[in-house]
Amino acid sequence: MKPFNDYINPVILELPPSGIRRFFDLVANTKGVISLGVGEPDFVTPWHVRESCFYALERGYTMYTSNFGTPELRKEITRFIQRSYGVDYEPLSEVLVTVGASEAVDLAMRTLLCPGDEVLVPEPSYVSYSPTVTMAGGVAVAVPTYVKDDFQLTVEALEKKVSPRTKMLILCYPNNPTGAIMTRPELEAIARFAEERDLIVLADEIYAELTYEGQHVCFAGLPGMRDRTVLINGLSKSHAMTGWRIGYVCGNKDFVAQMTKIHQYTILCAPIMGQMAALEALRNGDLEKSRMVNQYDQRRRFVVARFNQMGLTCFNPRGAFYAFPSITATGLSSDDFCEQLLAEEKVAVVPGTAFGASGEGFIRVSYASSMANLTAALDRIEAFVQRCKKRQAS
Amino acid sequence: MEAGAKKQILDILQEDCRRSPEQIALMLGLEAEAVKAAIAEMEDERLILKYPALINPEKLGDDTVTAMIDVKVVPQRDLGFDQVAERIYRYPEVRSVFLMSGGYDLSVVIEGRTMKEVALFVAQKLAVLEHVQSTATHFVLKRYKKDGVIYDEKAEDNRLQVSP
Repeated sequence: MKPFNDYINPVILELPPSGIRRFFDLVANTKGVISLGVGEPDFVTPWHVRESCFYALERGYTMYTSNFGTPELRKEITRFIQRSYGVDYEPLSEVLVTVGASEAVDLAMRTLLCPGDEVLVPEPSYVSYSPTVTMAGGVAVAVPTYVKDDFQLTVEALEKKVSPRTKMLILCYPNNPTGAIMTRPELEAIARFAEERDLIVLADEIYAELTYEGQHVCFAGLPGMRDRTVLINGLSKSHAMTGWRIGYVCGNKDFVAQMTKIHQYTILCAPIMGQMAALEALRNGDLEKSRMVNQYDQRRRFVVARFNQMGLTCFNPRGAFYAFPSITATGLSSDDFCEQLLAEEKVAVVPGTAFGASGEGFIRVSYASSMANLTAALDRIEAFVQRCKKRQAS
Repeated sequence: MEAGAKKQILDILQEDCRRSPEQIALMLGLEAEAVKAAIAEMEDERLILKYPALINPEKLGDDTVTAMIDVKVVPQRDLGFDQVAERIYRYPEVRSVFLMSGGYDLSVVIEGRTMKEVALFVAQKLAVLEHVQSTATHFVLKRYKKDGVIYDEKAEDNRLQVSP
């Protein structure tokens, strides 16, 4: 037999492993770590949702569902999007329930991209977009965003990277890892750009419900954008339901029909237990959701203020559950900062570079953690930063 | 300070009253001085009554007995239930007293060292009170949850330590 790698598709072989993965291994080998490196809620799924799943199991709901997802859930999703963001979708033809928002991202890429098609990916960016573009045969083109612009995506930055091969633009706001959100006028400018360049917009709005200042603006709700937008959302972040793997995609029925073909041949359907739980969460979960959002908001203010107090300038994140402070004052690179912090103070945060080259000089700090953990971790980070500054001075 | 912000301060203190005014101020985006002033004001007006610790008495190995007593009362003209309630809540053995809707009038929580002690208190002090019509004593056998805290639940974080 030849070496194993000779059998592997070169596209996969050359795909770099996630920068998060490398850091994960480092953390796993250290004991007594307080981790602020987690990209999921620290809350357990609300009890009424878990309880509804037991009930579904008791009644024997253990079978396949429609490829699209149960009609009840699709209807509830369209109601949720209508009451939250004022956008209308037809439940039976314009909604597809997926295995997490991640599957929806992959489906969109595979359905829309032809070999060589370019996709504009604003950076710092969630780790999966570029690889899914590459795996679908497309070319991911990073569009850097900067702290001086509050990590806003500007048409100016897009103009520099757009080409005749550009087919798609990805928008992820509120943003992982920066916590940036986009306001309506800013998104309207992006919408005009998408129209002029005839681009499809993949709007990953998984953090939409975690918006603390201002109102989330659903991109599909902007004039003329509904049919141009593949809207992706899910219950993982809003309802603390990451492990249930329930996401969804809404869009023009012709898009949805094509995406559903891939979904039906590869996945068949999202798990029915998760779908039943999601139905309960959307129907009766607003109170628990707002309780969690309120907690995140308090922690957000606390964490950002502490970073600024200790001399790590922190951009004000208005959504998601991440702070993205600059660590340049320590004189360290993002990777060195995170590795030394882990070794010396046993606090795990993620280097900004895991989210693309433009994340250099930053760290991602998840505040989806208890106030007690956050307080202890920030005290340790402060001690570390003081030492770094002393070392720098001597 | 507006009522919404005061409520937020109270929510935080009810969760953990050891949070400092400085920390609360950061959490709510307020000035520390304003938080201190609001807390002092709420203490003055007895909106905040006390800052106790919530404990699990079973871990203490404490055999203190707790009973909940349903008390039926004949309300008094002009004074309603309040005067009878006062006659009851002045006893140090009485931990709480609530006026209830439904099948009885006052719910009285009593602590004592033994079941006998509690039973005697009910028989000798409570049941014989003028206007008390009847009592029914229920002893607490096991505590599962109090003030939103589940006794047997440990805060565990089972998430992956680093995830995207």
